Parts: sequence; structure tokens; C-alpha cells
Amino acid sequence: MTKKTPELNRRGFIKATAAGALVTGAPTIFTSKAYGYANDPGSASSVTLGFNVPQSGPYADEGADELRAYELAVEHLNGGGDGGMLNTFSSKALSGAGILGKEVKYVTGDTQTKSDAARASARSMIEKDGAVMITGGSSSGVAVAVQALCQEVGIIFMAGLTHSNDTTGKDRKANGFRHFFNSYMSGAALAPVLGNAYGKDRKAYHLTADYNWGYTTEEAVTQATEAMGWETVNTVKTPLKETDFSSYIAPVLQSDADVLVLNHYGGNMVNSLTNAVQFGLRDKMVNGKQFEIVVPLYSRLMAKGAGANVKGIYGSTNWHWSLTDEGSKAFVKSFGEKYGFPPSQAAHTCYVQTLLYADACERAGSFDPCAVVEALEGFEFDGMGNGKTLYRAEDHQCFKDVLVVKGKENPDNEFDLLEVVEVTPVDQVMYEPNHPQMGGAEATLGSCNAG
Amino acid sequence: MEAIILQILDGLNKGSAYALIALGLTLIFGTLGVVNFAHGALFMIGAFCAVTISRVLSISQIVLDETRTDFLGKPLQVKVPYVDQWFGPEMGQLIVDWSVPISLLVTIPIMIIIGITMERGLIKHFYKRPHADQILVTFGLAIVLGEVIKYFYGANPVPTPAPSAFVGSLDVGVLIGLDPFTVVYPYWRLIYFGFAAIIITAVFAFLQFTTFGMVVRAGMQDRETVGLLGINIDRKFTIMFAIAACVAGVAGAMYAPINAPNYNMGMDFLVLSFVVVVVGGMGSLGGAVLSGFLLGILQSLASMTEVIDIAPGINQVIIYLVAIIVLLTRPRGLMGRRGVMED
Repeated sequence: MTKKTPELNRRGFIKATAAGALVTGAPTIFTSKAYGYANDPGSASSVTLGFNVPQSGPYADEGADELRAYELAVEHLNGGGDGGMLNTFSSKALSGAGILGKEVKYVTGDTQTKSDAARASARSMIEKDGAVMITGGSSSGVAVAVQALCQEVGIIFMAGLTHSNDTTGKDRKANGFRHFFNSYMSGAALAPVLGNAYGKDRKAYHLTADYNWGYTTEEAVTQATEAMGWETVNTVKTPLKETDFSSYIAPVLQSDADVLVLNHYGGNMVNSLTNAVQFGLRDKMVNGKQFEIVVPLYSRLMAKGAGANVKGIYGSTNWHWSLTDEGSKAFVKSFGEKYGFPPSQAAHTCYVQTLLYADACERAGSFDPCAVVEALEGFEFDGMGNGKTLYRAEDHQCFKDVLVVKGKENPDNEFDLLEVVEVTPVDQVMYEPNHPQMGGAEATLGSCNAG
Repeated sequence: MEAIILQILDGLNKGSAYALIALGLTLIFGTLGVVNFAHGALFMIGAFCAVTISRVLSISQIVLDETRTDFLGKPLQVKVPYVDQWFGPEMGQLIVDWSVPISLLVTIPIMIIIGITMERGLIKHFYKRPHADQILVTFGLAIVLGEVIKYFYGANPVPTPAPSAFVGSLDVGVLIGLDPFTVVYPYWRLIYFGFAAIIITAVFAFLQFTTFGMVVRAGMQDRETVGLLGINIDRKFTIMFAIAACVAGVAGAMYAPINAPNYNMGMDFLVLSFVVVVVGGMGSLGGAVLSGFLLGILQSLASMTEVIDIAPGINQVIIYLVAIIVLLTRPRGLMGRRGVMED
């Protein structure tokens, strides 16, 4: 018996090449659909998370702190270290045995604080590394862009530090979740404290970073302060790349304003606040009142850059290492012993988001994005450093108490820059999902995409 | 009126930094014919010299204070600067307080060494290469220097305060007969303006009244003929590069208290400074200084609320708008001369 050997002809070769290219070259995002949802780890022994943080550019220090927190979260999820907030988290679904019995691994991307670069690095982690979830931040522009990408490809996005209303407002997405607070909440929490400290007959002058986050913060703070009687004298947009704010501060001296609100973050905040103090604004008396400065969003890492200029200045923050609840103490201990300094609010929100995602997978019994969405929607939890917290189903925003802080007059050490002056109860910062500042009635989550 | 006076003062302050950087750029371009995109990085390194000296002077012995605790509940580590121990607390505090002016003593030799190393080690290999190559290599160098600084000092701005004697503002309005508190301006910014004026005068005097300066000026006009006269013009030009680096460095060091330095501050100034050089006239030192102050003042005036209300966004484009107008009406810039940098 002779066996006929099939000859490889040109047509066959081309077909085989094309088929091979399709199988090996196609990104996992397409092949994964065979399992029902994007990047299903199937029977693999591990699952990969994608940490997309600024590793270069102006927010690199904040990104580095976020990455430290993510690494700590992975360590705790896999049963390492002292367990951190796993011990204080109200949900007990996580046992330190990874997620759904799979070891947690991670890949990192560099957002460079640029939307294009952030989307490219997220796409790479999803398609090449098979990441089941993307998390990270430090800029609202980046968060909104990456969230939209995750929605398109059917991956869960757990936002890191992003404060603009739009992330869970007009640009909210079914696959995206934010633990961090937002501009509306800052305005609602700050206004009463400012009213008590500085009186209700004040004239405010706003300097606002000329981009998405600046606009929503300015809107939130003006509306909240005007509602209690303050007058907004002027609102001036400043270029994001501006480094010397002196020519914007000088007109404040000529105006009738007795409060300057700096809707700036990062380097902008450091420089504008430093410039305002240099110009002697804080020593000035206007309308028979002491001139005051307000920074709606504080960050300890940034406050460090402004040095002594932050003393006595009010602002708001999502979390602070000096909190004394059991969750915060456990996290500060784990982080502090591993790295030698206390975590930032950016680190805290990233750590918590990772645990919340893992917990949702455990409770859902699956990595299926739509099952995770269902598990997170309306989820109430405690023990994560902010008291009782709700992940609201309508907009995927966490609702919890907000901290109003003030630059500390006599710091005990180099980390002791801010003091918590009030913990604003969650009821005071709650709003309707269709609030005008949040995109109004037109803003919707859409439906979840499993890829 | 008071608002305009205030913005002119501010423009003079901004212009001081622009003029000092543009002066160095013009010196390098005029003498060596090199387009130095790393000049902003030299300004940044100068600022970080001030940061470094401030940190060095604050190097401390760590003493455990058992009565207080840190964030982990352990005994607090209190830092006691060595200068306090060596010179007594009062003198020690004074030295730390005056770290920025003191840093100039170190910045000058460091910048001269960096300037000579840069010119001999890298730039000289690009004299005969096209300007595009020079731009690429110096821009690359600027990125490398920025990243090195970021590696050691982080990405966040590093606060470097002025001596406490100069914290606060001077009521300039009262001095010129206006009402109190109508025109106030920070002391350190006024000092920066005075400092810039001294440096600019010194550079001009050096070029105008010394034999070395005469040779350099001759070399800027006709390098070949000066060489034929038996003068080692290359060596003179290396020294000029070092002087230009030094001017940028001390400008950066003194700028540190105005805005907390970060690794990218050189890039922020670089493009503006090139516009200043082009508007002033390529190769014209006087033009660089004049246009530095002019553009600084225009930029400040364009940031006035009244101006932005009429022309939104003008504050962001005014410098480039002026550059376009000047180049259209005077293609050689304000003080550029025929035949200079045109072959």
C-alpha cells in the first residue's frame, strides 16, 4: 500500500500561511471571545491585572506611589505580608489565596499623563498580556480616555486618582468604577467649613487650570459657595503648562476679592500657591477681612512641594494616613513597614480598588466583566479607611465621607503636612445621578461589555 | 493704572529670566555657531545646584526622640543639622536660611566645569555638522539631563525658599506716590531683576572692555581671519561656552525660590528663549536682552483680565504672535544686522 504524500502547492501554502497568521497573530482580545468574555483566564493558574500609572512625566512620583500600593495589594491578595486591609474589609470573600484560586500577577504600563500614551499602554496590557482588569490614574483626562477604551474592548476599569465630575458624570461607562471622590463632593464638603471659618459674606476669585478637571472643580466650588452667600468676583483660566502664575496673581490684588480659590493640581498648585504667598496675599486685608486662599483638592505629595506655604490653607482630600480607623491603621502599617513612609491618598485609592475588584470576582464567582459589574453595583462595604461606603449602581461612583483638611501649622515630621479638620458625612455630599454637574439626564452608563 | 504698573514689574521679572537664558544662547550661537537646545537644561541644573546645596547644608544627624512617635508609633527620628552642631543653632539656621545665595559660590564653578565638559566632550564634534544634527544631539542631551535630575530628585517640584529676610512683598506703590497695597511686589523677584541687570552688565562689560572680549567679538564677526592672526579662537570659544553655561546656571539657581524647581523647568523656558533670540535678532546680544524684557512685559500685560476678556487665549499666544509680526516686518529681528548668521 502506498501512501500519497500531499504536495504543498502555492494556493495551499498561502491558505496555510493566512490561517497560521490568524491564529498566532490575532490579539488575545479576539481569541478570548471563544471563552465568552475578554481575557478569560480559563484554567490557567494565574490571572493578570494591568496597572496603568504615570511612570514618567510630571505625576511620576504619584504614579510610583500608586504602583507601590498595587504591589502591596497583590502581595496581600496572594497571602503575603500581614494582609493589610484584608483583615478589616467588611466582605470576607478574599482569603489570601489569590482571586478565585488563581495567583495574582500584574503588568504595568506608563500613561505619561497623556491620553494617547495611556490608551496605548492599556491596549498593550489587554491584548498582549491578557490583563483582565485595568486600573490606575492621576489625571482625569487619562481616566476618561482609558475608561472609554476598556468599555470598547470589554475589560473592567477601576479608576485610580481621578477627581473630575466627568469620570462618573457625563463620561461614565458601565465597565468603569471610581472609588475616589469628585469635584462636586469637594465643593459640597468644603463650602460649609469655609463658611464657618471665613464667614458667609465673601468675594471669591478663581484661578482654574484650563482643562476638564479644572472646569468641573470651578463649577462645583462656585455653586457650593454661592449657595451659602459668597460672590464669585472672577474666574480666570490658566494654561496647564504655566509655571509662573505671577501675572495671574497680580490682578487678584487689584480686584475686590478677599478669597482666592486655586483650582490647580500638581505642579500648577505648587507654583500658584507659592506665587500667591510670595505676593503677600495672605497678609492682605480686603473689605475689612483677612485675605484667604483655598485649594479644593489637596494631595500630600503635592503639598510637600509647596513647603510652608500650605500652612493654614483649607482643602479636601479622599483619605489621609493620620486617620485612626482600623482599616487606615492596617494599611498605613503594611505600607509604612514595607516602604518606610506613609501612603498617599493616590496609593490608598489604588490599593482599595484592587481589593474591591478581587472581592467582586470572588463574590461573582467569575472574572466575567458583566458579573463583576453586577457584583460591584450597589455594593456596600466598610473597613477600607473611609467608613461605610456605597458603590452606587446608577453611576459607579463610591459614596463615602469626605475629609476637609488644612495645612498644618506645626508639623511633627516631614509627612505631617495636613490635619483633618472635619469628616463631612456622606449625606452632605450625596447628589442625584442625573445632577446637572454630572451630565444631567443624558448621562448614562450604557450596558456592560464582556468583550 | 496700578494694574499696568504691576504687570510691567512682573514683565521685567519674567523678562529677566528670558534675557539671561537668551543671552547665553546668543553667546553660544554667535561664537560657536551651535544651536544649543540643552541651554534650558543648564538653567535647570543651576536651579538644582541651589536645591543640592540647600540639602547639603541641611544634612542632619538623626536623634531618636523617645517622647514622640512617628506615623508607625515608633520613637520619632529628629533631624539635627550638622551645621547647627558645628556653628551653634543660630548661626546654623542662618546658614541654612541663606542656602540659595550661598549656592551661587558652588554653582559658578560647577557650571563652568559642566560647560567645558559639554563643549569639549560633545558639542565640538558637531561644529561642522548641519544645524539639524546639533539640534538633535543637544535636545537629546537636554532629555538625558532632565531624566538624570528626575532620577535623583523625583518628578515633583522641590521647594527651595529664599532667605527669610526676603520673604514677603515691597509696597512699590507707596514709593511712587500711589495708595498703599495697590502695587506690591515680592522682594525676591525684585532682587532677581537686580541680579539679572548686574549679570547682563557684567557680560557686556567683559566683552566690551577686555582683550579677551575683543577677540571673541572679532571671532564672532570673522572667525577665519582671527584664526589666521595666530589666535587660538577655539579655546576662547570654549571659555565663552563655559561663561554662557555659567550665566544660565546662576540664573537658574537664583530662580529656585521663585518657582520650586522640577526636572522639566528647562524645557519650559527653552522654546520661549529661542523665540526671544529670534525676535531680538540672531547673534545680537543687545537684541536678546531687549526682546527678553519686551516679550516678558507683553506676556504679563496679555495675562490681564481686561485683555483676556477682549481676546480670549491671547495670553497663551502673544509671544508667538509678536514673533510672527517682527519676522514679517524685520526678518533679521529687532537688532539683527545684515550679513550676520546669513551665510
